Amino acid sequence: MSCFRLENVSYRYDKSPVLKGIDLRLEPGEILGLFGHNGAGKTTSIKLILGLMQPNQGVVSVLGGQAGDPRVTQYIGYLPENVMFYPQLTGREILRHFARLKGASLHQVPELLEQVGLGDAMDARTKTYSKGMRQRLGLAQALLGKPKLLMLDEPTVGLDPVATADLYRLLRELRNEGTGIVLCSHVLPGVEPYIDRAAILTEGSLKAAGDLVALRRQANMPVTLSLDPANSIAALERVIDNSASASGLMIKTDNGRLRVDVQPREKMALLRTVMASGEVADVSIHQPSLEDIYVHFIGPGGLAHRGGSQ
Amino acid sequence: MNSIWTIARKELSDSLRNRWLMAISLVFATLALGIAWFGAAASGQVGYASTPATIASLASLGIFLIPLIALLLAYDAIVGEEEGGTLLLLMTYPISRSQLLLGKFLGHGLTLALATLIGFGVAGVAIALLVEDVAIASLATAMFRFVASTILLGWGFIALAYVVSVRVSEKPVAAGLALAIWFFFVLIFDLVLLGTLVASEGKLSAELLPWLLMLNPTDIYRLLNIVAFGDSAQLSGVLSLGSDLPIGAAGLWFGLVLWFALPLAGALLLFRNRRI
Repeated sequence: MSCFRLENVSYRYDKSPVLKGIDLRLEPGEILGLFGHNGAGKTTSIKLILGLMQPNQGVVSVLGGQAGDPRVTQYIGYLPENVMFYPQLTGREILRHFARLKGASLHQVPELLEQVGLGDAMDARTKTYSKGMRQRLGLAQALLGKPKLLMLDEPTVGLDPVATADLYRLLRELRNEGTGIVLCSHVLPGVEPYIDRAAILTEGSLKAAGDLVALRRQANMPVTLSLDPANSIAALERVIDNSASASGLMIKTDNGRLRVDVQPREKMALLRTVMASGEVADVSIHQPSLEDIYVHFIGPGGLAHRGGSQ
Repeated sequence: MNSIWTIARKELSDSLRNRWLMAISLVFATLALGIAWFGAAASGQVGYASTPATIASLASLGIFLIPLIALLLAYDAIVGEEEGGTLLLLMTYPISRSQLLLGKFLGHGLTLALATLIGFGVAGVAIALLVEDVAIASLATAMFRFVASTILLGWGFIALAYVVSVRVSEKPVAAGLALAIWFFFVLIFDLVLLGTLVASEGKLSAELLPWLLMLNPTDIYRLLNIVAFGDSAQLSGVLSLGSDLPIGAAGLWFGLVLWFALPLAGALLLFRNRRI
């Protein structure tokens, strides 16, 4: 049973399309990163999965049922972007209220508050909470009742680095227990190590989806080799110039090292040539990061979007 | 049902926390006792006049106060949650929109009912104990009728406030519209009716006119509390039309019930179609 499945889903808001024919799914025990500039359709996709809105076209199935069905939403945890709470109530009162609504055990309330680091502040009114504390309470709220599908919109906003690391550790544990997790974030380097798959949205359509290896292959972006010459840079340069795979690669020197950009399919051939020549002392390989891939997929106009979203 | 009660419970504890329940009860008790003791001051004496006169005065003041309190209590029910950012979160929980609104209604309705019961109940008991020759039985029935109709009237305006609250997207707009509702039913309606009566110079059908009173819950409420004493002399202004109404007390009660059931149904319908 998939955590959710979007099949050819389109959604229009006042006639202007927000989502155009999206196909996306999430399996249990998987962390999906959902990326895109503001207005790309991330929040709309999440709202469709939550059943807050109905698609104009296509099928949304969630946890084997229909989106929005109370029997389904009971097993979904959701942390909205900029989560807000009743300012007059304490953290504990709010979590108890939400636990009752979700049919979760009230014993879970103090445990969860401890777990997100609000143990000392649980009896303070939330109007005294900082942004980070509200975010933690929001997280505790999303974890009520052992969700099978967890959707977090910008979960690390306002969290300090330690709390962020704690959060990712927690998410990994939940994933290993079989929870499907959707993570929306603009802090791409932060989430890169933790996601199993990434989906990149632009202007309402899905530009790419898959694990990082598949995305790299699809993007076909050059891999950067950093070479330490064994004898002299000139000799190493000559070896690379003469190699069969030398077409269109770039050579730069900095700190006595040689940086070579090479197409992924030519990488192994070049490495073999360099190794065989005996002119190289050390090699390090830099794969394109999630951020590089993201920029590649959102296209030339994307940088403007990206600037606007941060 | 469980989630309706969870929402209602939060509203109730909110009104205990922010002292609304206490404040409304106090206002009601002070008002009732004040009218009971000083209601006859105009005729040159201080002291308890009579049960019908006291109830009539209370009902006349009630039509100003009860709608206002009900509207204030309920106008931000949904729009407040939306502005506070909690509506979206609530809607991702296993609770339907109707359950949320009904839970709110139960919470607000109980708050108002409790305040009415406590405030006027205390006043009723005080009158029964302190006034020497008051007929306890007739006071009790009058008080019971008054409290029950006050609660129904309050529920009607809570439901009207919801119609506004589910429709608009900003709290100040909701507050303004709630005040407009109050203004219309409490002040404008009777004036317009009176004006129509005078301007028509009796050409309007005499059977139709009394029914127009049923279009205003505050008029039904006053009729209910005054007509019950069989003393039509107390009916002044447009209310004198009420003595021609062929439906009796049961019909008036039914009218009040309709006046909260219909707006509530309307609010539920509007809320279901609202985009979140």
